[in-house]
Parts: sequence; structure tokens; C-alpha cells
Amino acid sequence: MIGNLAGVLFDGIAYGSLLFLIGIGLGVTLGLMNFINLAHGAFAMLGGYVCAVTMARLGVPFLATLPLAFLVAALAGWVLERTLYRRLYRASPLDQVLFSIGLVLVSMAAATYFFGSSQQPVNLPGYLRGQVRVLGMDLGVYRLFLVALVVVLASILTYLLERTRFGARVRASVDNAVAAAGLGIPVNRVFAITFALGSGLAGLGGALGIDVLGLDPSFPLKYMVYFLLVVAVGGAGTIKGSIVAALILGIFDVAGKYYVPEAGAFIIYALMVVLLVLFPRGLYGRRA
Amino acid sequence: MRATLLPHGRWRPAEVVFWLVPVAAFFVFPDRLVLGSQVLITALFALSLDLILGYAGIVSLGHAAFFGLGAYTAGLLAVHGWGEPLSALVAAAAVAGLGGFLASFLVVRGTDLTRLMVTLGIGLMLYEAANRAAFLTGGVDGLSGITLEPLLGLWRFDIRGRVAYVYALVVAFLLFVAMRRLVRSPFGLQLVGIRENAARMPAIGVDVASRLRAIFTLSAALAGIAGALLAQTTQFVGLDTLGFQRSADLLIMLVLGGTGRLYGGLVGAAVFMIAQSYLSGLNPVYWQFWLGIMLVAIVLFARGGILGGIGRLRAALKGRA
Amino acid sequence: MTATLRTQGLGKRFGDFRAVTDVSLGFAPGARHALIGPNGAGKTTFINLLTGALAPSQGEVFLGDERITSLPQHRRVKRGIARTFQVNQLFPGLTVLDSVMIAILEREGRGGAWHRGVASESSATDEAMALLASLQLADDAAAATRSLPYGKQRLVEIALALATKPSILLLDEPAAGIPSAESGQLFEVIAALPRDVTIVFIEHDMDLVFRFAERITVLVGGKVLTEGTPTEVAADARVREVYLGEGEHA
Repeated sequence: MIGNLAGVLFDGIAYGSLLFLIGIGLGVTLGLMNFINLAHGAFAMLGGYVCAVTMARLGVPFLATLPLAFLVAALAGWVLERTLYRRLYRASPLDQVLFSIGLVLVSMAAATYFFGSSQQPVNLPGYLRGQVRVLGMDLGVYRLFLVALVVVLASILTYLLERTRFGARVRASVDNAVAAAGLGIPVNRVFAITFALGSGLAGLGGALGIDVLGLDPSFPLKYMVYFLLVVAVGGAGTIKGSIVAALILGIFDVAGKYYVPEAGAFIIYALMVVLLVLFPRGLYGRRA
Repeated sequence: MRATLLPHGRWRPAEVVFWLVPVAAFFVFPDRLVLGSQVLITALFALSLDLILGYAGIVSLGHAAFFGLGAYTAGLLAVHGWGEPLSALVAAAAVAGLGGFLASFLVVRGTDLTRLMVTLGIGLMLYEAANRAAFLTGGVDGLSGITLEPLLGLWRFDIRGRVAYVYALVVAFLLFVAMRRLVRSPFGLQLVGIRENAARMPAIGVDVASRLRAIFTLSAALAGIAGALLAQTTQFVGLDTLGFQRSADLLIMLVLGGTGRLYGGLVGAAVFMIAQSYLSGLNPVYWQFWLGIMLVAIVLFARGGILGGIGRLRAALKGRA
Repeated sequence: MTATLRTQGLGKRFGDFRAVTDVSLGFAPGARHALIGPNGAGKTTFINLLTGALAPSQGEVFLGDERITSLPQHRRVKRGIARTFQVNQLFPGLTVLDSVMIAILEREGRGGAWHRGVASESSATDEAMALLASLQLADDAAAATRSLPYGKQRLVEIALALATKPSILLLDEPAAGIPSAESGQLFEVIAALPRDVTIVFIEHDMDLVFRFAERITVLVGGKVLTEGTPTEVAADARVREVYLGEGEHA
């Protein structure tokens, strides 16, 4: 029983790490530009397809597709931010929601057109498959790899945000974009780079997540709720908040589906509603 | 001098013409009445969303929850022997309204994003619950075997959908007239005030939360009636009545037609559904793609949707005259 | 009979920042009371605490004998406390008339009525027009609020507060942004209000303060520095320090 619990916990942590990786970009975008971007999952999907397609059709090894997925998604994010998103930073939440739903639909249609509507298989390299014995438990190698990678990335991100000048600029712009601009911070460039970074991370997460979350054209809609959840519950604009929220949600979702399969995803939605009611600004949300 | 930006009470000629169109359609398109009923039902559904979105300013991604509640209420009543249609409508309104009332406590707090998430979450929760409670709702297979008694004891629902069409039209029209009154009333004015500046309202004595709860409950009840009409006219209730797709499509329709104008939802619903019935049959991927493009275009270039565009056109023409 | 609005040890903290500390003030019925002090002294925060827009970290607010510290904003308006905002809080898409009507109808208890049209509320409309006329806004009644110049918008801001027929009126820099020629006129309107209405106003223009105030409280760094008649305050050396920088100031 305990062994099972630990296994469930580990799976939940792996799942949560993935949610965090994909969702952190959304959180920063929301905290920074106050933009509700429902299309964030589309960047993850893009990264996923880059990985799947380059592996299957070009024979690129799995690990090499990861930076590729990151770069392509980041580039897409950069381009879209400069051309479209930028125009809507001051728009009403409704306009932002509609715009991003529009992008989702376009991305889903494009994915169906180019890649068909079925699940994309991914051939994980042999050294990432199977299980390994850790502390008396059998843990999936791939999930271990996931968690390790996300921990490294989260540390890099935290360092970037808290120790570098770029990070200071991002934090200043999050806190007060007008004042930051007044101090000479190139807020537009900060927005563009941050958006690209967030989209790139989403793409990376999408590629990493094919094995865990699956990949088909409905990905952005299917998982949209989860990413939004991480951000809304964690509080926009904070890494710590996103991590905590992602882990809570990941663990509860896996545990819920394992112990109470009849309730399915109901638990996670109910948990979300409860958390949002108790913490309307998110667990670590800033005061407006 | 009476001056207000809210439309005055008398019916404008354009409005009369507008409502004559569905009446004429009954005679001109006798074999499209099933689609016609669907359009009317969706128009009512869109009207209910306009009340909270266009007037009170609450962005909801889960309004189908109340539509589905109403649909399943009416469907279950019929399946279990209660075939009287009108009382089922009342029951559906009550159940959906109750759901809206309970949800309203959650919706009046928090930021725009949390409200969005809460409405989304409620919709998803209800969908999952209906999915799991397959013994009650029929789950993925849906609820069928809905047979109804004749309307008012006189008119039996026929295969060609004639009675259903008139039924939907009358219900939709009566509810529309009531909402038209509400929108021009002091309560309606307060809703617009909340949308324009929610922070100022308490400072002039208005209990904003209480007003929002009231309109949310009313909106849910109307959505429930629309759902019940769907169940009764198609004699089937599927999980999709509660689904996110339905909530999202509704939002799109309302924005397409123009929010906050009462007629926007009706126009948007008609245009969307008629277009969808033709285009989506050709190639669903194309439909999805162009719908997405259209949404992006509307947000960037054509705020206010169809009615907004017409309004700007009229203003431009008046300026020229 | 207007009740006395008073506070007892009122304080507000935002994290480590103490915006208001231990303020105990009383506003007698019919007072013409000015609240002055340097920027950031906590004057607006104090008004927010009085109206219920903010909850205090400590202390109490009393209206007469009634403790209203936990009473929500809209209920305090019903008790007769109204305020204007330093930055206009208006309804951009509504006409001036409609904006004022909201306040009047709510006061009359008809704010929630859904079956009658606003157009048929003739007594409320007449009252609204009379109020607008007194502020020289009658000609702009049908104009959308967003289309008005700033000076007129400021008047609409005050009209909204007046429409609630307050017995206690809290004005946050009512003349801000208005050229001095017009601000004098604005204050004439305020001074013309019935004698039993208590008026508390924050102002930086010392001419206006000394012209209209009968009592002045000086707030510095969230605390009360001194209080008294205009003559007393003007003569107080500490006040001169704060404003003119003689010697050290907080």
C-alpha cells in the first residue's frame, strides 16, 4: 500500500513537473502582460509535432529534437508576439479570450491538415525506457528523466529571474510596466523575449510530454484547462506559485484517477474551483 | 428632455421586421424547420449569455452547464413519464436557475481570470459528472426515448417539426420581450453601470454582488429553458449539451453578432448556425480554420461584431448626409 | 439630523508600510472640515477607510452611536456617507443623465426594479436634471461621459455623490486638475449645500482651504499632526515646517 502511494506520488510529481514546464510560460505572460492566452497549449503542441516529425521522418535522435522543439516554438512565439499579441495587451479580457481561442482553432485545424487527427507515436530511445530501482521502488526511467530535467530548468529559470539583469528587468516590468519603461527598461523587448522564452518552454514541454500526455490536434483544448489551472491557482507571474500549484494538481489528478477512477477528472476540476474560491488571486498571487 | 443611450421603449420598425423573418420562414422554408428550431433555441441561449457578458461584463466559458442542466431536466422528466412540455420548461428553468444561483456565489469574486477559470471549471465538472452518472444521463450514448404529450393538449409534435418550430419561436419571443424590458429598466441600467465601472457602484450605494447574483441566476434559468427546448424538439439529450465546445461556440456567436445589444446574440446565432450547417458539412477542418481566422480578425479589426459594424456604417452614412 | 462620523485609533498597514496610524478624528454635523497634508500622508487611504472601500488593520469607525467598521461600502452610502474620488470614477459609455439616474434610483429603492423602463421614471429624471442644472451640466445631460472635457467630468464625479443625498460628503481633491477660475465656482456649489450636511474635503490649494474650511486637520505620514481652526493651523510652526521645509520634516 505504501509502495503504491509512493509510486502514485512519484507519477504525480512527474506529471506536475510537465504541467509546470508547459504552464510557466503562460504564467509569466499573464503576470507580465496581463494577457489571458488560451492558445498557450498550441505552442506546446507545436513543439510536440516538431519532435515527432523530425524523429519519424528525418531520423533525428530524441534528445536532439528537444532543443529543436524549444527553438521552433520560441521562434513562433516571437513572431506572433510581435505581429499579433502586441496589439492586444490593452484589450479587454473577452477580446483576449476570443483572440486566443481563434488561434487555437487555427492551430488545431493546421495540425489536422498536416499531420492527421490520430495520436502521434513517439519512439523513446532505449536508455530512457523501462524502470529502475530507487530506494526499493520501481520508478519509470523516463519519468525520472522528466523530473530531473524540469528541476534543472526550474533552477536555471529561477537563477535567470533572480540573479541576472534580464531577470531584474522582467520582474520590474511585471511589477509596474509603466514605471519600468520610465526607468529606461526596454519593456517591449522584455515582453517579446519573455513571450518567446515561455513559448519555447511550452514547446519543450510538449515534446517531452508526448509519452505522458499524448499528442494529437486536440491537445491545446484538451490540456488548456490544466495549464490555466496551474496559473490561476498558483498565481500569475511567480515561479514558486506555479511549481506548487503544478505539483498539487499533478499529484491530485494522478491520485484521483488511481484511487477513485469513477470520479475521473471531476476531482481536479472541483479542487480547482475550491482553491480559486479560497484564493481568488491564486496561492501566491500578487495584490493588484 | 429625455435623453439616454439606452434604447427607448417603443419597438423600432427594424425590430418588427426582424421578428417577422422567422414567422415568414415558417411558410417559405417548410422543409428547413428543424434547422430553424435549432437557430431559435440557440438564439435564446445566446440571449442568456448576453445578459451576463454584454450587460454585466462577466466572461463565462461554461454557460453550457446551465443549458445542459435544463436539457437533462426536461429529458429525464419525459423519460420517466412526465410528458407535459410546458411544465417541464418551468422545471428546467428552476433547476438551471438554482445551479446558476449556487454558482453565482463563486463567480462574483476574484479577478477576470479566476472568474473565467471558475466558470470553465463548473462547466467541466458538470460534464464529468454527467459522463460518470451514465445510469442517469445515458452517458456517452445520451438520453433518448423522450416522448412528449401534445402541446397544451392540442398540438402533437410532428415529424416535420412544424409544431416544434412554432413552440420554440413563441417561447423565444416571449422571453425576448421580457428581457427587452429588463434591459431598459433600472436594473438593466445598473448592470451596464457595473460593466462600465464596477468600482464606482458601491460608492453610490449599489450592492454589486447581489445584482450579479441575480442576473447570473436569471441567465442560467434562460439557458436552462433553451436546453429544455432542445431536448423536447430533438427528443434527445447528449453530453455535448454540457460540453466546452458548446460554451465556446456560444461565446463566438455572441461576439460575432455583437455583445450588449440584445439582438447581437440572435443575429450571431443565426449567421453562425446557418453558415456552420453548410460549411462544416463540406470539410470540418476548413470550418475550424476559417472560424479561427474570423475570430482573430473580429478582435483585431471589427470590434462589436456584425451589429457594431452596422452601427458604424449607419453613423458614417449619417455623417455624410 | 446628521450623526457625527468619528474614528477611534484607526490604522491601516500594507505589509510593512503603515499608511494610517492611530487616527482618532470626529466630524461634527454640519462641519466644513479640510484634511490637508503632504502627498502620501494617507489622506485618501483615510477616506477609503471611512467609506469602507478598505478595511482597517486596527481601530473603529462610528456613525453616531453605531459601529460601522464592518459595514460594507454600499450600506454606508445608504446611511448617508458619500464620497468622490481623486481620479474620476465615471461610467464612460453612459450618458451623464443615466449615470446620475443610477444613484438616484438606487437611493429611492428602485434600483433593482426590472419591469418598468428607466424612461418612465419621471420624478427621478426631474430630480436628476435639477441636480445637473445646479452644476451647469444640464446641456450635457445627453452626452456620453467619455466625450466630455475633464472639467465637466469632474463635475459629473461630484454630481454622482450628490445624487445619493448624503448627510456626510467626503471629497477627495475635488478641484484637482481644474483651473483656479472654475474651481472657485465648484466650491461655491459645495458651500451652498444645506448646513446640516457634513463636508470633509482633501485639498492642496490653500486658498480654497482657508476660504471654505471651518476646521482643518493636518495629516503627515499617516498620523495627525495637528487640528484646529484655520487661524490656529496657519500659525502652527510645525505645519509651516511640513509645507515650507523650515528645519527637518518627516
